[in-house]
Amino acid sequence: MSTISISLGEVAASLALVAVAVAVSFWRRADLEQDIAVAVLRSFLQLTAVGYVIQAIFDTDSLWLVVALLAGMVAFGAWTARGRAKAVPGATGPIILALAVAAAVTLGLVLTLGVFDAEPRYVVPVGGMVIGNSMTAVAVALNRLADEMHEGRRQIEAMLALGATSFQAARGTLARSLRSGMIPLVDSTKTTGIVFFPGTMVGMLVAGAEPVDAVRLQMVLLWVLLGAVALAGLIAVSLGYRGFFTDAHQLREP
Amino acid sequence: MTLSIPSGSTALLGPSGSGKSTLLRLLNRLADPDDGTVRFHGTDVRELDPLELRRRVGLVPQLPAPVPGSVADNVCFGPRLEGREVDPERPVRLAGLDRSFLDRDASRLSVGEQQRVMLARALALEPEVLLLDEPTASLDSAATKAVEDALRSLHGVSLVLVTHDPAQAGRLAERTIQLRDGRIMR
Repeated sequence: MSTISISLGEVAASLALVAVAVAVSFWRRADLEQDIAVAVLRSFLQLTAVGYVIQAIFDTDSLWLVVALLAGMVAFGAWTARGRAKAVPGATGPIILALAVAAAVTLGLVLTLGVFDAEPRYVVPVGGMVIGNSMTAVAVALNRLADEMHEGRRQIEAMLALGATSFQAARGTLARSLRSGMIPLVDSTKTTGIVFFPGTMVGMLVAGAEPVDAVRLQMVLLWVLLGAVALAGLIAVSLGYRGFFTDAHQLREP
Repeated sequence: MTLSIPSGSTALLGPSGSGKSTLLRLLNRLADPDDGTVRFHGTDVRELDPLELRRRVGLVPQLPAPVPGSVADNVCFGPRLEGREVDPERPVRLAGLDRSFLDRDASRLSVGEQQRVMLARALALEPEVLLLDEPTASLDSAATKAVEDALRSLHGVSLVLVTHDPAQAGRLAERTIQLRDGRIMR
């Protein structure tokens, strides 16, 4: 595969488009100028830092460092998802478990099946994508769970009154929450290549790879992500709903 | 306060906010009291299996909350949770509806009809006690009469009725307990 290099000057040139975003926000009073500035600064700092970290990991070629990096991603992803699912009581544990299991199982499966070699240059980026997509799915699913538990309180309590267990009373809610967590990725997988070009494919094409290779890798990644997102959503929702109930199958006061 | 509710039909009467609905929720353990004890046949309800207790002490909510599906699906919902199949016709008839309702979509019925589906759904579990939380609060007078007629014709099940309407308490209950600010007034 040929490689490309991008100078800092070229990076700086792309700030012109950031200026467009700031101008649009200012002109139409979207009040996002400050957020855009923070976002650009954070992306610069975070990506630069992770670039050095990944470089260091590639240099030492240590799988333990890879595991440590992925664990850090799980922790940060869990913290982010937790912030968006504040209305789910006791969600921290389920979220961490969901991200960790999704990452471990999908990476383990992909490596065992020989889709990728167990080398940092594969495991780090694939792991990052798995954890990032799982984080989004978990946040969406738990958010939906909290909304439904709130709005469906009467229906759920009516089922409990008929002798339903917490799980039986929440079953429909759990299905809809899992669904809403998975749908964005399912939809983008459906439209991929027509409506949008996913990042991996773009990156490989820009870097000079053969289109056939770029497309195949993209397929593998999308399919791996589907599995990861399903697992993460399932775990987060199946454990997360318990926070709404007591052991005596009562709905907790909000 | 200490309150003992004998079998038969009892009305808990009081203005809204007097703690009637909360009291009702303690009886089938949808909620637990901060302190004090609720006993069913002399046993602390916390020592009973809550699911078993709720099958023996049924609840008709203030507003109907049908599950998606037909009237029959709703009526069979409780028994199916335990893997039992029942004939939905009997409870539907006891609730004052006829068998033509069985295949109708529960969510498309009038509120009054839905409330009778709620009654049939509770009766399908053959409870000893039926808790009624303002069961006619959202109904017009014709629908109220239909629900009250169904309740009056029930036999072999004790009723605990929460209402703000003294006339309804008189029509449905053998005895009335007045509540105000969480206390009993006689």
